[in-house]
Amino acid sequence: MKAQDYKISAEKFVFHSTGDNLHDKKLDTKPVTYFRDALNRFARNKASLAATVIIVFLVLFAIIGPWLTPYTVAYEDASYAYVLPKNPLFHKLGIPFWDGGQTKEVNKATYEQYRAIQQEIGRDVIMNEPKITESVYMGKTSELYKFRLDTYNAVGVKYVLLDTAQYQALQAYQDEKGVQVILPITDPKQRPEAEQDKTNANIWYQTKLGAGRKTTTVYDNNGNFIPIYLPNDGTDLYTSKMYWEGDTKLYNYAEPKAGDIWNVRVDYREYYIYQHYLAGDGITEPLHILGANNAGKDLFVCLSSGARFSFILAIIVASVNLFVGAIYGSIEGYYGGKIDLIMERIVDLLASIPFMIVITLLKYHFNVSHVIILFISFFLTGWTGMAGRTRMQFYRFKNQEYVLVARTLGARDRRIMFKHIFPNAIGTLITSSVLVIPGVIFSETSLSYLGIINLSTGSMTSVGTLLATGQNYLFTYPHMILWPSLFISLLMLSFNLFGNGLRDAFNPSLRGTEE
Amino acid sequence: MYMFKYICKRIGLMIVTFTIIFVTCFVLVKLLPIDTSVGFGEDTSKIIAQFEARGYFDPIPEQFVRYIKRIIMDGDFGIGFQMPSYRGRPVWDVFIEKLPPTILINIYSSLFAVPIGIALGIFAALKKNKWQDHVISTAVMVFISVPSFVYASLLLYTLCFKLSLLPLSFSSFQHIIDTYPEKNFVYTPGTFNWHLYFNKEMFVSTLPAVFAMSFGSIAGYARFTRAELTEVLTSEFMLLARTKGLTKAQATTRHALRNAMVPIFPSIIGEFVSVLSGSLVIEKIFGIPGVGGLYLNAINSQDYDFFMMLSGFYLLVGLAAGLVIDLSYGVIDPRIRMGAK
Repeated sequence: MKAQDYKISAEKFVFHSTGDNLHDKKLDTKPVTYFRDALNRFARNKASLAATVIIVFLVLFAIIGPWLTPYTVAYEDASYAYVLPKNPLFHKLGIPFWDGGQTKEVNKATYEQYRAIQQEIGRDVIMNEPKITESVYMGKTSELYKFRLDTYNAVGVKYVLLDTAQYQALQAYQDEKGVQVILPITDPKQRPEAEQDKTNANIWYQTKLGAGRKTTTVYDNNGNFIPIYLPNDGTDLYTSKMYWEGDTKLYNYAEPKAGDIWNVRVDYREYYIYQHYLAGDGITEPLHILGANNAGKDLFVCLSSGARFSFILAIIVASVNLFVGAIYGSIEGYYGGKIDLIMERIVDLLASIPFMIVITLLKYHFNVSHVIILFISFFLTGWTGMAGRTRMQFYRFKNQEYVLVARTLGARDRRIMFKHIFPNAIGTLITSSVLVIPGVIFSETSLSYLGIINLSTGSMTSVGTLLATGQNYLFTYPHMILWPSLFISLLMLSFNLFGNGLRDAFNPSLRGTEE
Repeated sequence: MYMFKYICKRIGLMIVTFTIIFVTCFVLVKLLPIDTSVGFGEDTSKIIAQFEARGYFDPIPEQFVRYIKRIIMDGDFGIGFQMPSYRGRPVWDVFIEKLPPTILINIYSSLFAVPIGIALGIFAALKKNKWQDHVISTAVMVFISVPSFVYASLLLYTLCFKLSLLPLSFSSFQHIIDTYPEKNFVYTPGTFNWHLYFNKEMFVSTLPAVFAMSFGSIAGYARFTRAELTEVLTSEFMLLARTKGLTKAQATTRHALRNAMVPIFPSIIGEFVSVLSGSLVIEKIFGIPGVGGLYLNAINSQDYDFFMMLSGFYLLVGLAAGLVIDLSYGVIDPRIRMGAK
């Protein structure tokens, strides 16, 4: 049957509407812009949203972290080296976790030392009843004590050398605050004989030299420690009203040394508070919320300053790379031909130099701060990626009609490049710049972890340095490596998820595929 | 013929790149001052004489020509000077000794990671958007993101230290020789000493490092395989395969997997080329006496001869891996014509 076989008479045709002019209906919905659409799609991706929250949290930690604690990176107190993370709340409630306590299993002699410290300073050193187990080692039975040790109080008592003025100021402080900082001095003649224990202020009880030249405790008939305090002879200039036992001064509180110096035995925690009271730096008690490292630096402030440094470095590197790469890539992509070929070979060459060689040679040649070396080597090898991305975008857009129009209208090259073509590349470039940040932090961390660059100078530290020191104490004090590891893992994970979300959000071809 | 031309061009480019970087590196190293400080009781003039005899004070171009000539004629890459344990030893001999642990650890970890990674990827792709897929994808995300030194420390702390399932450190040669006295092992300096590596003791001591290295690769392969396979599974020829009567398993193994393998296979080949380079971080953590550790040691103690040789080695391995990956695309899938206009 042919088409012309159908005959429809003219009168069957009627106008749909007469009189009114026909208009397109106005759209009721709001137009969705590219960025709006990207944002919508990003917001629908739950993993990326969670990652964004984590990133914001980590950035906030880096920005305000160092101000949340009175400690600084430069501050260290070797007496509190290796103390464990302590949350005052957990400590108060007696929860055996995050309370500055460490589960220890030691022999009787060591246990007795801790018990002596506890008796002397009157605060808990042993946090729970010890569990005693018998262990047989090489035919000899010995008792092992398993208990939770308060790593802060275990510091106990220390000797400090003070001149007369300082000594008297400390006494005045004692009277003012009503705390006993100075403890009676022990009799020099009765101090432990073993060489390693001679300056141990925590031994306030009678000892003898046991087998293997080890200090052994001597007990009285009831199994108690026998104090060896030096009896009062009035030569110690002690005028404070604070007495150790009872209302009368039974013992000497200081031992004169050569010159104007006194050897004083202090309850170290109280002495620490006193020192910070003098310095007025806001530290009210030894409390490291994430613990302290081998030098006695507060890990919280170290980690947050390290993170802050890493973020600042990464953001600077990312923006410089973006800037240089975008300009270079624009020139390559726009002009093409021979210029492109030559410039592309330079990029190829730079991109194939191993990062390790660049940083090592820079380190050998320039005796400047490692921060600058790190920055230069990230820049030297980093901007090529950005250049490549910009170049691709330019190749895609440079022959489109609107560019030809602009050229016909007499626009200069620079105007066409940066006003007409470049804005098309911004989405991709911003996405990849953001993803440069975790890459830079990761490389910086690995390099300082490997010891190739050293970013730790007295008042500065980096996450990689913390990891590298933590590695040395992995088996004994795992908290030192735990926090920086946790930080870097969370950072990498959240940036990867965030990046995936961003990439999908800026990819218009995925529009509507989720539903 | 076309392929041959392309390969020649790529190799030529690679040689040019290598030469430029290597020469630059050589000149920059030679511009550095030579450290002639000596230990207590040694004679400085002796050290200087030694350097002079090796031509360290000649003009740089002359030194470069001699350096290349020595490498080609005698395989002489110079001698170690700064690192106390390799002082006075030929760089090449030390390098040869360090190569086996690095290669073995990488090969073991690849042998472990490739099948598991691909299997997990296939499983996830077949169960797409079911709970199995979600579990695998989440784990993959975590393992890809977390840096290897974090797992390495975690493994070392849990498996090796707390549970004592694996040894804490890499076995030394002496330990192997002592463990198997009946086999009369002999350690010869300056050779590979392969015979010392293939025994149970040594194998077990590589395991912590192998695990730490393979987690990341397993995750990488799983993600890659899943992405490729899901794409292939939705393509039209799969529908055709099913309509002509193949079961799902047949269609998947004969059609989907083969096509999905096209992009995966080159990366496996690339991994096998880069087994030589190893991982600096892993070697440091587990104390593996490999090339990575040697390189790190050379960098930190400024031993220039070692630094030059190992930098050249790493550069070559990196360039070669990139080249092999690119070329293998063309070899595996004839539809891909590399460098075509």
